[in-house]
This record gives sequence, structure tokens and C-alpha cells, in this order.
Amino acid sequence: MAVRSLFARCGLFFSVFLLVAFLASPSWAQVEGGRGLDASGLQKQVEKAHDTAESAALAGNNAWMLTCCALVLFMTAPGLALFYGGLVRKKNVLGVMMQCFFLMGLMTVLWALYGYSLAFSGADPWSSPPESFVDKDGNGQWSEGEPLTDDNKNGKWDAGVPNPAFNPYIGNLDNLFMQGVARTWDEEAHEPHTPMSDAIPSLTFMLFQGMFFIITPALICGAYAERMKFSTMVVFTILWGTLVYCPLAHWVWGGGILAFGGPYSVAGGALDFAGGTVVHISSGVSALVCALVLGRRLGWGHEDMRPHNLTYTVMGAAMLWVGWFGFNAGSELASDNLTSSAFATTHFAAAAGAIGWAFMEWLARGKPSVLGTASGAIAGLVCITPGAGFVNVMPALIMGAVAGIVCYFACGALKAAFKYDDSLDAFGIHGVGGTLGAILTGVFATRAAWDITENGTLLGLLEGGSVFWGQVVAAAITIGYCAVATFILLKILDVVMGLRVSQEGEVRGLDMNEHGEEGYIFV
Amino acid sequence: MKKVEAVIRHFKLEDVKNALSEQGITGMTITEVRGFGRQKGHTEMYRGTEYAVDFVPKVKLEVVVSTDNLKNVIDTVMRAAQTGQIGDGKIFVTDLADTIRIRTGETGEEAL
Repeated sequence: MAVRSLFARCGLFFSVFLLVAFLASPSWAQVEGGRGLDASGLQKQVEKAHDTAESAALAGNNAWMLTCCALVLFMTAPGLALFYGGLVRKKNVLGVMMQCFFLMGLMTVLWALYGYSLAFSGADPWSSPPESFVDKDGNGQWSEGEPLTDDNKNGKWDAGVPNPAFNPYIGNLDNLFMQGVARTWDEEAHEPHTPMSDAIPSLTFMLFQGMFFIITPALICGAYAERMKFSTMVVFTILWGTLVYCPLAHWVWGGGILAFGGPYSVAGGALDFAGGTVVHISSGVSALVCALVLGRRLGWGHEDMRPHNLTYTVMGAAMLWVGWFGFNAGSELASDNLTSSAFATTHFAAAAGAIGWAFMEWLARGKPSVLGTASGAIAGLVCITPGAGFVNVMPALIMGAVAGIVCYFACGALKAAFKYDDSLDAFGIHGVGGTLGAILTGVFATRAAWDITENGTLLGLLEGGSVFWGQVVAAAITIGYCAVATFILLKILDVVMGLRVSQEGEVRGLDMNEHGEEGYIFV
Repeated sequence: MKKVEAVIRHFKLEDVKNALSEQGITGMTITEVRGFGRQKGHTEMYRGTEYAVDFVPKVKLEVVVSTDNLKNVIDTVMRAAQTGQIGDGKIFVTDLADTIRIRTGETGEEAL
């Protein structure tokens, strides 16, 4: 994304330059009655026009991205809180909502202190040219010496010299406590300085990514719902966010070992537009491990564990659908043509997922259920997440429908066969849907949606490209790392703090036992 | 005086109420209840998982009647609440010691 935005801005600058050059040309000057512009006047006008165009572009991009930040936060609560809250028994409704809401606070604080830095700081994975390499001809070519050249003319020195100072596994502490992100006072210019991340302020980028840091562990709540001790949940999430999410975000989006086309990438890296691996595979697989390590809820299989309020769940699913536009289309990190494409693929996949699941149920048991239709939309959204900006809109319909059908079996037949108590189907939807999405992105990705290499390289299997194995390998690495790390964390916490509430507490419900409140008091 | 408690199907409540009103019954109390008898429960499917619902929702209607009127009331309830299918419910009859109208202090059948 970084590369393309830079390129776009250069283009913008160039067109403004042409326009001003035309206006200031001698023929125009004659019409104006001979008031010609001297060189410095022209220079000033060019700069002014450039500044105006740039601030106009910034206004558009930043307005959209800040809206997306709010949309993604909205997904965790009320979206996910309602979606999950309705699915538990009424004695645990506050427990689940608290997990979602508390994480909005907790993860944000971690993100501000060190999370963002661990995930996203660190130098460019590609080496910068030594100082002797200067663009002295002003033509965008670094003219001295040969090994470091901008072969693809995309502003990166991609002749195969990785930056030795770059750590492909984890970011560094450069942005600790929001250094280099927050605005600072520029003594020279005597005005505040706003650090930028491509088309938007670094603050906006940090906020947007921070919302993902909130929702990812919140998704795992679905697996340990109705039985995990709140204190252990807090410590687990701090550790999981630090040791699983931050490295993974760095691997995929920070230029690390799973970044597409990065110098350290394994198997060429993964196309992950909005978090198929980082958010959904990671949370879904960790959720399965949680369900297995914690064990089933008391009374599983014989007690009445029906969802206590499906109206919440349906409203929550609808809010997730809306919020997902921010999640996926926002992952373009700007407001441009690709943003529209990602928005459309997101919407199409959700629609096809809802219909796919509903028709499966209709065929299998004679009635399409409301919960199934809502879950199908979420499955479609999960599946399109990695491919939102890479696939075209019609394949998005296929991806959504396939996700609706596959996740229907994952939440039904698969769960029944292995008898694990993934209470709210965090694995069945996010783990399975996310993995499916990563793989299908490898099939349907097309340079027509996003020419990410900027040289017309073919992407998905369907158009004859070669990203497929990168997708599979990245998914496998993510699954392996998340499963092992989550397992170790839980085992340690089991010894140190204990994972589950007491049996009595579980029967009483988490609302009273962990928080001393009840969800429903009708006086 | 007798207290008649009838556990009936939800959709029959309106019929029973109207039939009793026609028989001159001026007051009754209803409660949403759950339970099972011979009908047993049923199963519901939520996202692929099947749950046995042992306690079936029913409506319990309570009406207090004079001993003379008892047979008439029971017949009325039976006629109005019957579908002939398992799950129509039951009628329980108990002796009632007294009834007091709080506003006036009237007691016995006067208070009905």
C-alpha cells in the first residue's frame, strides 16, 4: 500500500506541475497583457498548488480513515458484544459483554504504550541507498553505482539488498509511548509537526491498526465463554496480544517473514489485505486451543444451553456487517479506486455467505434459521477479509457462498464429530473461514483488482499466477505459531492462576460470580 | 369454593377466556409456565447443535369458582382448550378455604 500511495502522490504532483506550467507559459502570459512570471514566482505557484492539492487529498483520505477507525471499534462493541452476548445463557450475558468492552480499554492502553511499536516500528525491510546514491538528475533514478537501483520505479531499492538492521520477526521500540507518532513541536518551522504514514497521519494509521488489536483477542472470547476466570482472561489477553498478535502483524504487515514480496518472506509471503491471517486465522486457531485446554462447560450435552437472546445476536451480526466496511475497505489506508473495490467485495461476500448458509439449512433440515443466516454473513465477511483488495467483485460472491457452506459444516458436523466445546463458534467461523479465505485469495487474486507488484505480475491461480503456495504456507505458519503459543500461555496460566471459575461459580453464572451484577433486573 | 388451575396451550388462551366470560366468570389469573407431561419436550437446533427442550412453554390459568359452578367451568375449559392432540394440558381442582376482596373486605363467594 505504501508504495502505491507514494507513486500516486508523485503523479498528482506532476499533473499539478503541468497545469501550473501551462498557466504560466509565455503564450498565456501574453494574453494576460505581458505580465510574465519569473522563475521564482513560478516555483512559488507550483508549490502552492501542490500544497493545496495535497491537503485536499489528505482531507479526503483522513476523513475516510478516521471513519473506518470508528467503524472497526464499533465492531467490537456493540457489534461483537451483542453477537456473542445473545448466544450465551442469560446468567453470562454481562460476562461476555464485559470481555468485549474491557478489551476495548485494555488493548488500547497496551497499543499506546508498546503494542504499536512492537508491531509496526522498525526500519524499512529494504536497504536505503547509501548517501552517495543521490537522485542528482532529478529523474527518479539513483544514478551513481549500479547494485542499488529502483528497478520497478516504485521508490524501493529492490535490487535485492535487504536492510541488515531490519528485524523480520518483531518490531522495535522506536514508537514506544507514541514517539514518532504523536505530533511534536518543530523548532525550525516553528509549528507542530505531524508524522505521516503514506497518505494519512501516522496517528490515524496507529488508531486504525489499534482497533484490530482490540477485536482480534475479543473474537477468542467466543471459545472460552461462560467459564473462564476474568482475571486469567485479562492476563492471557495481555500476553497473547504481546506475544502472538504483535509479531504476527509485524510478519504480515510490517515487512516481516510473511509480508508479500518482502526480502525476508517465506515462500514469497502472503496476500493479506485486511487480516485473514493476522486477525481471523490467529484468533480462530487460538480459540480452538482455548476450547480444548479449558474443556467443556459444565452440563455440556445435557443442560439447556440455548442462546438466551437471538435478537441481540442478529442485531450484532448486522453491526458487524456494517463495521466490516471499515475493516476491509479501510485497509486500503486511503480513499481511492481500490477502496471501492474492497468495499464491494466485502458486501458481496457477506450477502452470499448469508444466503449460502441459509440455503444449506433449508436443504438439510427444512428451515432456514435466523442464527444460521446471520452466521453465514459473518462467515462470508471473514472469508473475504484477506482477499478484499485482491480479488474482484464477482469471485467475492463465490468466496462468500463457499464460506457460508463450509462454515455451516464446521460449526455443525465438525464440532459434533470432535466434541469440543467452542461455545460460540469462534473457530468454526473465524478459524475455518479465515483459512478458507487465505486459500481462496490464492485462487482468485487478480492484478486487475490491485497490481501490488506494480509491474503486472500475475497473482492468483485462476489468472495463472503463483501466490497460491505463499498463501498456504503463510496460513500454515500462522496456524502452527498461534496454536503452540496459545497452548503454552494457557498451560502456564493454568498453573499460576487457574483458567476456569469454580464449579459453583459456573453454575451461578459469570455475571454474579465475576462481576457481582445481573444482566436483567426487571423491577 | 374451588380453585381451578388449567395448564393449556398458548394459542387456546383466547378461546378459553372468551368461553369462560360467556359463562359469567368475571375474573382469572394467568401465568407463563414451562413443564412437561406425556407430550415430553422437543429438540431445537442452534447453529448445528441440537438442544433438548424438556420443559415446554404453556399457559396456566387460575380461576376460583363456587362449588355449584365447578362442573360447568371444567366443561367449558375442556371444550375450549381441546385439540385432541397430545399436549392439550391438564386441569387441577383444589378446595379453597376463603376469598377476600381487599377493597371492601367481603369474603367467600361474595368476593368472587
